[in-house]
Amino acid sequence: MAEGHASPNYWLIWLYLFILTVVEIAVIFIPVAKLLIVIALVSLALVKATLVAAYFMHLRFEGRTLALIALTPLFLGALLIVILIPDHSAVPHKTVDSMKVAPAAGHR
Amino acid sequence: MSQVATVHSGTEPAESPLTPESWGKLGMWIFLAGDAMGFGTLLAAYGAMRFGSADWPSPYDRLGINLTAFMTFLLICSSVTMVKGLEGVKNGKRGIAQIYLLLTIIGGVGFLGLQVYEWTKLIDEGLKVFGNPWGASLFGTTFFIITGFHGLHVTGGVVYLSVMLVLVSKPTTALGTGWTYNVVEISGLYWHFVDLVWIMVFTFIYLL
Repeated sequence: MAEGHASPNYWLIWLYLFILTVVEIAVIFIPVAKLLIVIALVSLALVKATLVAAYFMHLRFEGRTLALIALTPLFLGALLIVILIPDHSAVPHKTVDSMKVAPAAGHR
Repeated sequence: MSQVATVHSGTEPAESPLTPESWGKLGMWIFLAGDAMGFGTLLAAYGAMRFGSADWPSPYDRLGINLTAFMTFLLICSSVTMVKGLEGVKNGKRGIAQIYLLLTIIGGVGFLGLQVYEWTKLIDEGLKVFGNPWGASLFGTTFFIITGFHGLHVTGGVVYLSVMLVLVSKPTTALGTGWTYNVVEISGLYWHFVDLVWIMVFTFIYLL
């Protein structure tokens, strides 16, 4: 219940979000394997999203079951990514070249 | 008679599960969960297309991140002004609530203005929905659809929050922790969600 709790320090949350954004931008310049950068960026984005949902959207002060509603899309989204994995194993193709071979009328 | 009294006192006939304050709040959460699936689907499809492409242009080189990093900052700021505005409603301070809601709206309009500028610049450089000079044509398609879908959400949010500003500004609207607080909090849920989605879009479209 939103009125029942003491207000969190919103400026502190804002500061965390700001720092995490700066860290995200710094991470892309670190000379390590692309996979590590991807893992770091996705983790940072999830932390930021959690901060927004938990404090700005008061989810931390609501009933647990409401959080389940909020987490459902995350679960389904993860499922969707798994379902699309077979597509990833398809041979990477160049769309531009294939367009040159068969120039379709209309769009360039 | 008791029915009439119930209607006029503003309480609801049956208490909402999960959100005892109002059904509207539960409704907004369920809507947002569905909307999140919309964005989740777009981003998952984007991932699959990008992974299956051999000539996906580098987003960092083509889109640039300086401007978008500032746009991210702007949305984060507008989220904090939103919660401050809500706090103003809760404490019965109309002026504070008005100023912070107005700042939130300005943040949203500023974001949209910068997005228009960014789109115009990229279109001038050759990024089109059906192709671009640098590689996979889906690069442009996914970019415009995903950032455009988010931009429409921001536009909707600006209209929504403007209505809230008018509501809070009316001298007849009672502030405090009652109905007004609940209604403004629900609009805030939507606004923070738009911010949350941008965090994801910024990461997947611009940074990765």
